Amino acid sequence: MFEESALNARNKKIQLLWRTLFLVMTLLLILPVLVILGTLIAKGGSVISMEFLFTYPTDGMTAGGIFPALFGTVWLVSLALLISVPLGVAAAIYLSEYAGENWFSRLINLAIINLAGVPSIVHALFGVGAFVVFFGFGTSILAASLTLAIMTLPVVIVATKESLDAVPLAFREACWNMGATRWQTIRKVVLPNAISGILTGVILEVSRTTGETAPIMFTGAAFFLPFLPESVFDQTMAMSLHLFVVATQVPGVPDALPYGVALVLVSMVLIMNSISIGFRVYLRGQKKW
Amino acid sequence: METRAQNQSLAAEFDRRNMDWYMDKLVQVLVFMGGISAIVFIIGIFAFVTMEGAGFLFDGFSFREFFLSEYWEPSDEDDPEYGILALIAGTASVTGLAMVVAIPFSLGAAIFIGEFATGRTREFLKVLVELLAAIPSVVWGFIGLSIMNPLIIELFDVPVGLTVLNAGIILGLMAAPIMTSIAEDALKAVPDRYREAAEALGATRWEVIFKTVIPAAKNGLLGAVLLGVGRGFGETMAVLMATGHSVNIPGSLFDSVRALTATIAAELGETAVGSEHYQVLFTIGIFLFVITFIINLTADLIVRGVKNQ
Repeated sequence: MFEESALNARNKKIQLLWRTLFLVMTLLLILPVLVILGTLIAKGGSVISMEFLFTYPTDGMTAGGIFPALFGTVWLVSLALLISVPLGVAAAIYLSEYAGENWFSRLINLAIINLAGVPSIVHALFGVGAFVVFFGFGTSILAASLTLAIMTLPVVIVATKESLDAVPLAFREACWNMGATRWQTIRKVVLPNAISGILTGVILEVSRTTGETAPIMFTGAAFFLPFLPESVFDQTMAMSLHLFVVATQVPGVPDALPYGVALVLVSMVLIMNSISIGFRVYLRGQKKW
Repeated sequence: METRAQNQSLAAEFDRRNMDWYMDKLVQVLVFMGGISAIVFIIGIFAFVTMEGAGFLFDGFSFREFFLSEYWEPSDEDDPEYGILALIAGTASVTGLAMVVAIPFSLGAAIFIGEFATGRTREFLKVLVELLAAIPSVVWGFIGLSIMNPLIIELFDVPVGLTVLNAGIILGLMAAPIMTSIAEDALKAVPDRYREAAEALGATRWEVIFKTVIPAAKNGLLGAVLLGVGRGFGETMAVLMATGHSVNIPGSLFDSVRALTATIAAELGETAVGSEHYQVLFTIGIFLFVITFIINLTADLIVRGVKNQ
């Protein structure tokens, strides 16, 4: 056996030191999630009830529930998905199945990266300038959903493209050799093999869209409405904006109320993210090739 | 010549322009339209924001006043003044502090997850980082307002807790997850043979990391930092709620400031469409667009350069 030299021992100690330091840094980074969740549950858990979820705010929003905000968020997110999923999947199919490695596909990629990087408030300005004013939709669910759809489009494109790229080329070649057209190949072979990956991306997009506040502030979300929206041209309340409003704009709100709203919002987002992550892990285990 | 004619007739025979063929062409056009939609939207964003801000930008816009005056007094009836210097200082101070917080922690976390952690621990940490990234910005703002604010007042014995310090820490935590995952990608992109070669020369684990892996990944790490800066620069709701929102060039961490993004969010609702104030807010939007465009473009060029190596 080798004797451990002094140098070896010293090295081992330094190694352990660095390892511990990095571990501590990692833990400090993720500790806030747990602290935040813990605080939200401790302070807001008491207000959560079926009644809280399914009644209107009362007494100038200082009491009552959050139903119109929940309802509005479902509206906004559904319509945004209806717009961005077909568009995003089409874009990903183009990039993955049709476009070559050339300046044009690089240009599209660059546009996608910038679409994801433009500040949310600039998306809001665009929504106001384009949909509210220019196209004349006014402040409406339609204008807000369009703004949200464009903002979260990169999430769908990137996730879809990744899962399309993961389908082996041999699958396509086999199908082409049978005489199938490009579209037949995509519809019968590529998409069925990629569908679960696409779904993971869509769930992630739902989560992103649910939490966005700035883009809907001026395009379609209202501080308070005593009724539910009836068409896409109506304004609506939304969970994210409702949190902002009860936290900053309304005097005399009891302490627990905004914590409760935040807890519901964070739960919605984290549950959807967890489903997306769980789904991804499951798929990796299922992969046949 | 005869063979060529034969080939052509053969090709014509195979060229069955039936429904499937037309369907294929139709889909090709449709997905192409999807593909260019991203380009259309990014140009659309620039065009519409510029269009709404044009009235001010091309008439009454003074570079000197806009960028070098620290007086942001849009609601002054007689002589409104639109200087964004203090707002730029607000954004810069908060983003700067956010980077001071986020860079060491996210690089440290990336090194731990990428180089030390293995198997389940690694997956678990990655999931937690991903969940951290999922928390919406309005919730972060609320945390700044209701948890950090009293904490800062108590810890440092200051009258107001909605300050550069508060927003900087919040923004640092928000930017850290994306920086961690991109930095980890950059570390992963360093080929294992680099590590093996260094170890074969007798280097210890941390020597491998500091003298081989990090220098080899430095472009990707720089890209990660740049994207973090872009994130912090463009963040809206969290800085609106946690900075204190007072126009001010900060002298210390305990001063309240106001950010460019937050100004638009706070004031757009109370301006009339087409008024000068409205146009100025859109002009700030153009400025934000251009700066983030440059940051993202640079980060992309750097990160892509790494991938192509």
